[in-house]
Amino acid sequence: MPSLIGSYSLFFGLGCSIFIIFFSIKNFKNSSSFDSKILSFSLLQLLFVIVSFIGLILSFIISDFSNETVFNHSHTTKPLFYKISGTWGNHEGSLLLWLLVLTLFISIFLLNTKNLLKNYRILTLLYQQIIIIGFFIFIIKTSNPFNYIYPEPDEGLGLNPILQDPALAIHPPILYLGYVGSSIIFSSALAAMSLNWVSKEWAKHIKKWILTSWIFLTFGILLGSIWAYYELGWGGFWFWDPVENVSLMPWLALTTLFHCVLVLEKKSILTSWVIILSITTFTLSMCGTFLVRSGILNSVHTFANDPERGVFILIFLFSLIFLALFIFFFFYKVENKKINSFFWLSKETAILVNNWFMMYFLSVVLIGTIYPIFLDVISSQQISVGPPFYHKLIVPFLIPFLLAMAIGPNLNWIKSDLKNKFYLFLFLLISLVLSSLIIINLKIDFLINTVLISSAFYLFFITTRDFIVHRFQNLAQNVSHFGFSLFILSVLFNNIFSSEIITNLKVGETFKTKDVTIFFEKITKKKEQNFDAITGKFSITNSKNIEQILNPELRIYNQPNIVTSEADIKINLLSDKFMTMNLVQNQNYFNIRYQHKPFMIWIWASIFIISFGGLISIFKRRHET
Amino acid sequence: MKLKIIPIILIIFFSIIFIIFFKGLQKTSIYTPDENFEKNVPSFTAKVIKTGVENSSEQLFSGDQFYLMNIWASWCAPCRAEHNFLMKLKVNENLKIIGLNYKDKEKNALNFLKELKNPYDKILVDGDGTIAIDWGAYGVPESFLIHNKKIIKKIIGPIDENLYLDIERLIK
Amino acid sequence: MAQEQSLTYKITKNLRCLVCQGQSVYDSDSDFANSLKIVVQRKVDEGMSENDIYEFLKTKYGEWILYDPGLNKKTYILWLLPILLFLIGGAIIIKKLKLKKT
Repeated sequence: MPSLIGSYSLFFGLGCSIFIIFFSIKNFKNSSSFDSKILSFSLLQLLFVIVSFIGLILSFIISDFSNETVFNHSHTTKPLFYKISGTWGNHEGSLLLWLLVLTLFISIFLLNTKNLLKNYRILTLLYQQIIIIGFFIFIIKTSNPFNYIYPEPDEGLGLNPILQDPALAIHPPILYLGYVGSSIIFSSALAAMSLNWVSKEWAKHIKKWILTSWIFLTFGILLGSIWAYYELGWGGFWFWDPVENVSLMPWLALTTLFHCVLVLEKKSILTSWVIILSITTFTLSMCGTFLVRSGILNSVHTFANDPERGVFILIFLFSLIFLALFIFFFFYKVENKKINSFFWLSKETAILVNNWFMMYFLSVVLIGTIYPIFLDVISSQQISVGPPFYHKLIVPFLIPFLLAMAIGPNLNWIKSDLKNKFYLFLFLLISLVLSSLIIINLKIDFLINTVLISSAFYLFFITTRDFIVHRFQNLAQNVSHFGFSLFILSVLFNNIFSSEIITNLKVGETFKTKDVTIFFEKITKKKEQNFDAITGKFSITNSKNIEQILNPELRIYNQPNIVTSEADIKINLLSDKFMTMNLVQNQNYFNIRYQHKPFMIWIWASIFIISFGGLISIFKRRHET
Repeated sequence: MKLKIIPIILIIFFSIIFIIFFKGLQKTSIYTPDENFEKNVPSFTAKVIKTGVENSSEQLFSGDQFYLMNIWASWCAPCRAEHNFLMKLKVNENLKIIGLNYKDKEKNALNFLKELKNPYDKILVDGDGTIAIDWGAYGVPESFLIHNKKIIKKIIGPIDENLYLDIERLIK
Repeated sequence: MAQEQSLTYKITKNLRCLVCQGQSVYDSDSDFANSLKIVVQRKVDEGMSENDIYEFLKTKYGEWILYDPGLNKKTYILWLLPILLFLIGGAIIIKKLKLKKT
C-alpha cells in the first residue's frame, strides 16, 4: 500500500511541473508581481515527493517485499534503524533522495527570496524545473523505486552489511544536501545571466547558498571518511577512489567559488569567473553521479549497473552543459573591462592565487579520475591512477598554497604594502626552525616534508596570531584557515609516524617487536539479531609496559551471507590504536592487522573546525543584514 | 570574430568528451589481464601432493608433447563445473594435465578427486598461492596450454564446451 | 627486518588488487592479495629493488596493477595536462596584473 501511494505520488509530482512551467511563463511575461500559484504548486510538488519518499520508507519498515527495491535491499531480521537507512542505501532510493533535495531547495529558495526581482525568481525556478523534470523522468523510466514483483517473495535479499552502520546511514542525506544543493547555485547563475543581473546584490544573496552547500558537503565527506576508516578495515580514510574524488571535485569548486564570490560582492569584478564556477560546481556533481552510477569506472563502492541509466544521465548532463554554454554566450553580456584589473599585492590577487591553485587541484583530480576512461576508449589500454599520482602532483603545490593562505588574508583590498608586516617574515623563520628541529630529531630524510611542515606551521602561527590580534574581525575566515593548517599538519604527522604490524596468529600466540607485544588471548562467539560475532581478545603491551586490550570482531551476516571485519579502535588525543582480524582460507590462524596511528582525532577535528568557519560566516551575514 | 571561435571550440570539446564517455559506457570497467602477456613458462619449484617430491618447472615441461597446467582447489565451485572437460581431455595421448592445487587442504583435495575421478598426470601443491602468481593467475580455476616451453593459450575461469573444443583443436 | 617490512607495505599499497578491483593489494584480504603480499615480501627479502618488483608484476599482470602510472607515451597527457593548465592559469593572472600598470 505505501508503495502504491508513493508510486502515484511520483507521477503527480511530475504533473505539478507542467503547472509550474505554465504559470511561470505566463507570469514572466505579463504581471509585475509574483504569482502565488507558482509557489503553491512548487510546495505541492515538494509535498508529493515527500509523500513518495515516506511511502518508500514505510515499505522498508513493514518489509513489503512486493516492492522490488525493498526485496533487493532489505530483510526482516534487519534492525529497524537500518531498515530505514536502507531506503537511501541503494540506487533507486538515493535518487528519490536527490529529487527530494532538489524540490526542497527550490521551495526554500522561493520562500526566502520574496524581496528579490520577480523575474529572477521565476527563471531560477524554471531552470531548476529542467533539472527536476530530468530526474523525475530518470527515476520513473530507469530506476523506479516502486517496481512491483509478483508473486510476493517471503524474504528479502538483505542490505550489504558494510552499509549497516550509523555513520553511513546519515552520510547520504548530508552529502546530498551539499551535492544536490549546488543545483540552486547553477539555476540561479543561469537566471542571473539571462537577466544580466550578475552583481554585488546577487553575490551577496547567492553566497548563503554556496556556504550552505559547502558546509553540508564538507560534513558529508567527513562522515564518509570516518566510515571508511573504521569499517573498511585497513585504517585508511582517503584512498583517491573514484567515488571519493567525485565528492571532492564539487567541494574544490565550491571552495573556489565562495572565495571569489567575496570579490564579486566587494568589488563587482570577476563576474564571468563566478558564473563559470557556479556552473562548473553543479556540472561536476552531475558528472560525478554519471561516473558512479553508470558503472563506467570501477571502485570500491559499487552500485548496480545498468547501461541505460548511464546513457540517460550522460545525455542529461551534456544537455545541461550545452544549455549553460548557450546562455553564457548568447544572453550574458560581459561587463566593460576598465576596472577588471588588479594591483599585484592586494587581497584580490591573493584570492586569485587561491583560485589558481584550487583549479589546479581540481584539474589533477578530474584528469586523474577520467583519464583511464579516455585511454581505454582511444587505445584500448588499461591503466590505474591511484594515490601516488595524486600525491606527486598535489603535495609539492601545497607549499606555496599554504604560504599564500597565510599571507593573503593579511593584505588589504585594492592595494597593500609590506610595511608593518614584519611579523610575516618572523613567523616564517620560526616555522622553518621548528620543523627542522622536528625533522632532525626524528630522522626523517624527506626534504619536501620539512618544507611542507614549515609552511603548514607558518599558516598555523599566522592564523593563531590573528585570533589574538584581530579577535572577531575576519573570524570565519580565520577559523577555517586555522583548521586547514591543523588538517595538513595532522595528516602529515599521521603519515610520517604511523606504524603497522601485519601478522598471522593463532589463539594463545604472541607476536613481539622491539616496540610492542601482541598477545592473542582468546576468542568468544556470540549470536546477534542478524549476524554471528567472533570477537578476539588481544592484549597489546608497549615499550613502557602499558597494557591495553583490543577486541576486533568478525561478523558473519546471515542475509546476505557476508563476513565483515569490525575494527576495534582505541582513541585518545595523541593517537589511535587500530586492530582488525580476518579469516584466512583453509587455515586455523587469523590474519591480524595492528596499526598505531597518531593524530587521527585531529584530522576529524580539523575538518570540523574548517566547516565551523563556514557556519560562523553564515550567521555573521544574518547578523549584519 | 573572437567571440565566435570560443563557443565553437567549447562545443567541439564537449562533444568529444560526450562521445568518449558514451563509448566508455559500452566497455566493461572490470579489468582482465591481456591473454598474451608472458609467453615463457615461469620457472618455479613445487612439491608433488602426498609424496612431497620437489619438481622444477624445467623438468616438468621438458617433453615435446602438450601440457595443460590447471589451477584448482576443492573449495572452488567452478572447478567442479570444469572437471568433466578435464576428464575428457585426459584421453588425449599427447596431452599431459598437470594440476596445481591452490590453497587447499590435502585431505579435501584427495577426497575431491576420489569423488570426481582424477584427470591429472601430476598434482603439485601451492599452499600459499605464490606459484599461481608466478603464472600470472589471480583466481581459481585458471588453465594454461603449453607447448615447447611456451604458453600458447591462457584460460581465466572454468573450461567450458567452446574452450574444450579449442584445446582439442590446438593439440591436434 | 622492520625496514624490509615497511618496504613491503609500501609496495603492496601501490599495487591494485585484481579480485576486488577497487582496493589495493595491501588493503585487500582476498586470496590473491594475500598471496601477492607473500610474493612481494619474498622478493624484498631476496634484495630485489622496488622498481624491479613493479617491473616483474607488470609483465605478469599488465600495467593496470600499478597505481602509479609511469611517465610514458600513454600517460604524457595525464601527467602534463594539469601542469600545463597550472601554467596557463598563472599566465592569465599575470596578464591581469600587467593591465593595471599600463
